[in-house]
Amino acid sequence: MKTHQYDVVVVGAGGAGLMAALYASRRARTAVISKLYPTRSHTGAAQGGIGAALGNMEEDHPEWHTYDTVKGSDYLGDQDAIEFMCYQAPEIVYELEHMGLPFSRTPEGLIAQRPFGGHTNNVTGKPVRRACYAADRTGHMILQTLYQQGIKHGLTFFDEFQMLDLIMVNGRAAGVVALEIATGEIHIFHAKAVILATGGWGRVWEITSNAFTLSGDGAAIVLRKGLPLQDMEFYQFHPTGIYKLGILITEGVRGEGGVLINDKGERFMDRYAPTVKDLASRDVVSRAIYIEIREGRGINGQRYVYLDVRPETVNKYAALDGRTRPDGSPYVVTAEELLAKLPDIIDFCRTYLGIDPVTEPIPVQPTAHYAMGGIPTNIKAEVLADEKGTVVPGLYAAGETACVSVHGANRLGTNSLLDIVVFGKQAGIHAAEYAQGADFEPLPADAADFARSQLEAIRNSKGNERIADIAAEMKRVMMDHVGVFRTEEGMQQALEKIRELKARFKHLHIDDRGKIFNTELLTAWELSNLLDLAEVTTVSALARKESRGAHSREDYPKRDDQNWLKHTLAWMRENGQIELRYKPVVITKYQPKERVY
Amino acid sequence: MQVTLKIFRYNPETDKKPHYETYKVEAEPTDRVLDLLEKVKGEQDGTLTFRRSCAHGVCGSDAMRINGMNRLACKVLVKDLGTDHITIEPLLGLPTVKDLVVDMEPFFEHYRSVKPFFINNDPPPQKERLQSPEERARFDDTTKCILCAACTTSCPSFWLDGQYVGPAAIVNAHRFIFDSRDQGAEERLKILADQFGVFRCHTIFNCTLACPREIQITKAIGEVRKAIATGRLD
Repeated sequence: MKTHQYDVVVVGAGGAGLMAALYASRRARTAVISKLYPTRSHTGAAQGGIGAALGNMEEDHPEWHTYDTVKGSDYLGDQDAIEFMCYQAPEIVYELEHMGLPFSRTPEGLIAQRPFGGHTNNVTGKPVRRACYAADRTGHMILQTLYQQGIKHGLTFFDEFQMLDLIMVNGRAAGVVALEIATGEIHIFHAKAVILATGGWGRVWEITSNAFTLSGDGAAIVLRKGLPLQDMEFYQFHPTGIYKLGILITEGVRGEGGVLINDKGERFMDRYAPTVKDLASRDVVSRAIYIEIREGRGINGQRYVYLDVRPETVNKYAALDGRTRPDGSPYVVTAEELLAKLPDIIDFCRTYLGIDPVTEPIPVQPTAHYAMGGIPTNIKAEVLADEKGTVVPGLYAAGETACVSVHGANRLGTNSLLDIVVFGKQAGIHAAEYAQGADFEPLPADAADFARSQLEAIRNSKGNERIADIAAEMKRVMMDHVGVFRTEEGMQQALEKIRELKARFKHLHIDDRGKIFNTELLTAWELSNLLDLAEVTTVSALARKESRGAHSREDYPKRDDQNWLKHTLAWMRENGQIELRYKPVVITKYQPKERVY
Repeated sequence: MQVTLKIFRYNPETDKKPHYETYKVEAEPTDRVLDLLEKVKGEQDGTLTFRRSCAHGVCGSDAMRINGMNRLACKVLVKDLGTDHITIEPLLGLPTVKDLVVDMEPFFEHYRSVKPFFINNDPPPQKERLQSPEERARFDDTTKCILCAACTTSCPSFWLDGQYVGPAAIVNAHRFIFDSRDQGAEERLKILADQFGVFRCHTIFNCTLACPREIQITKAIGEVRKAIATGRLD
């Protein structure tokens, strides 16, 4: 067993982890451990843009961005954190540009911006161009740019090292246990501060935009360490995933004028969001699609609708909406312009559907996309241990795995890329500062024992249960009952199923008992994380007897601010029981009111 | 339909040398080759080892040889192959770690050698550096690279001598050399004028054919060669 010592250890090398490492390494000896090569991280799959009120195309203000985010969160987001993020946004986008990020440009040479769901001019209520983009590859460019900076500044990377456990000593973070995938060897990373930037857990659901590797490792580990997870019932379904595959089709398609169409040829968002229509918040649009499908207006009665971005359709509805270009001329697009602005979307459709979106509409359905909940943190990205806001010394979290909470009950498009860079930076700065004033906690002799026993239990398992079967059953029941719409009865059924699967997980059939690059072992271990997170999600959702943002209960269809304007915290106790507690939402300027788009 | 997969297998813990194993799976014509690999691993043989992550062609994890061509397993559908017999092998020119997993380190070492990062030592302005849409378009193609190594490991010059930096590294140098905001072109061109640099390219076009992002790699290499020859970046 090898032991390494660093002041700060960052786990995960997507946008949040890389930004954290770039900042931490300015003042502290820092290492990044990542189960993937950094450029494989799922930040690279983000498409449409990063939100910042630069005002390059038209009037915009960080204050409007703040209000839109609060409203988008269905008033569950903490307003101090949201304000901080939205006011940091312009500066951090310029910082990315100064790192060389190749944004698309306006004719004047400024960073180009496009409309996105829920981003509005607060005076007129109309969509505002706030999403700073690089074609439909904004996440790819952010990930590449940050990795390039990592090389430039000589960051230390441990690529293809899987974090297995967090080492806590005297209530403080003291390091990480990790598996070197290539050798199967356990390593200990002794640290003064640990930053978790391990991403989301979309693989809990059947239809998802998420990578195979998004199994919520950091969140599940924190849960097992006796720390709480926050607002786990709030999981975002993106309205437009490719039918059956779940591959993301960016909201930027609707930003460029694409519209959703049902089997009757109706632009049905007219009925659900009369002002911003197809550019309403994601929760609103996903529910609308589900209702259309349920009422028999899916295409050919199937479980999908069309996303139509053919130029003739775009131009027809742009004229009806009175949409104009920044110079005031009518908004008219050509196939060539769409190809230039949405090249990857068009490539995905050609590859996976065999259709060309400029001549045929795209079949889409809502796809599990983003965890609003996660490891509770404050604005400094410090991890919180309870409902009183007690800080866990030396432990930080940022990005999708964290819950600051800036997204509340529903995240606005473009705010995830913003979140990862803003709070990744905070995590890096504050972890380094903390490490400078702290000593290494002595490592316990048994630091790696739990991780090793977990792995050995799987490796030596002699049952008949296939990993793939357990995963498939979990995904199906979560999709059916803990998805866009939820009921008490359905969720009870899901909870029973998850508990049954957790029991069956103890009797896995394992073929690969080797050490070198044992991906079967890791897939099983990742599944154990997904099962824990699925259970916590369901228990948190069952308890919340209201509908808010992405948590939409048919048996409690109204938002209930009287009883439920509060964050959920969920602990997994030693006996496996889940305990829920609550803490108030931070409200500064914006009192909750009815949410209409 | 039933598909027969013939897959290269090598486990350094148990095998003296590599062999092929054959699996039969039920498949839809629209299945990705990656779906079939997942099916084999999930239902028939958990020891089968390969890398994968995003499953839609943007992360670059699952480049491998599929019926002799370097492809991303998640970006090639069964129907695209025009046959129900699919042979899957690891990338050539990099050491095999296990089954379809190769050691990527030599590839990334070449990538790092060309200074693949933004260089501009002037103090930045308050807001963004300006760049016209035309200047931005000049290097758009090479910003698409996902470092999957499909190009470099399809290149006979790289197979012949692993010291050649290879197409992917040149693509990533090109991305900065032709960026109007960057000031590092001279040092990068000096690196690429080296004996293991761009002049190892014999315009065989394998790289361009292999690229899952459809980057015009041979063209980019040609532009870098021309910049070295003329000392100009037009």
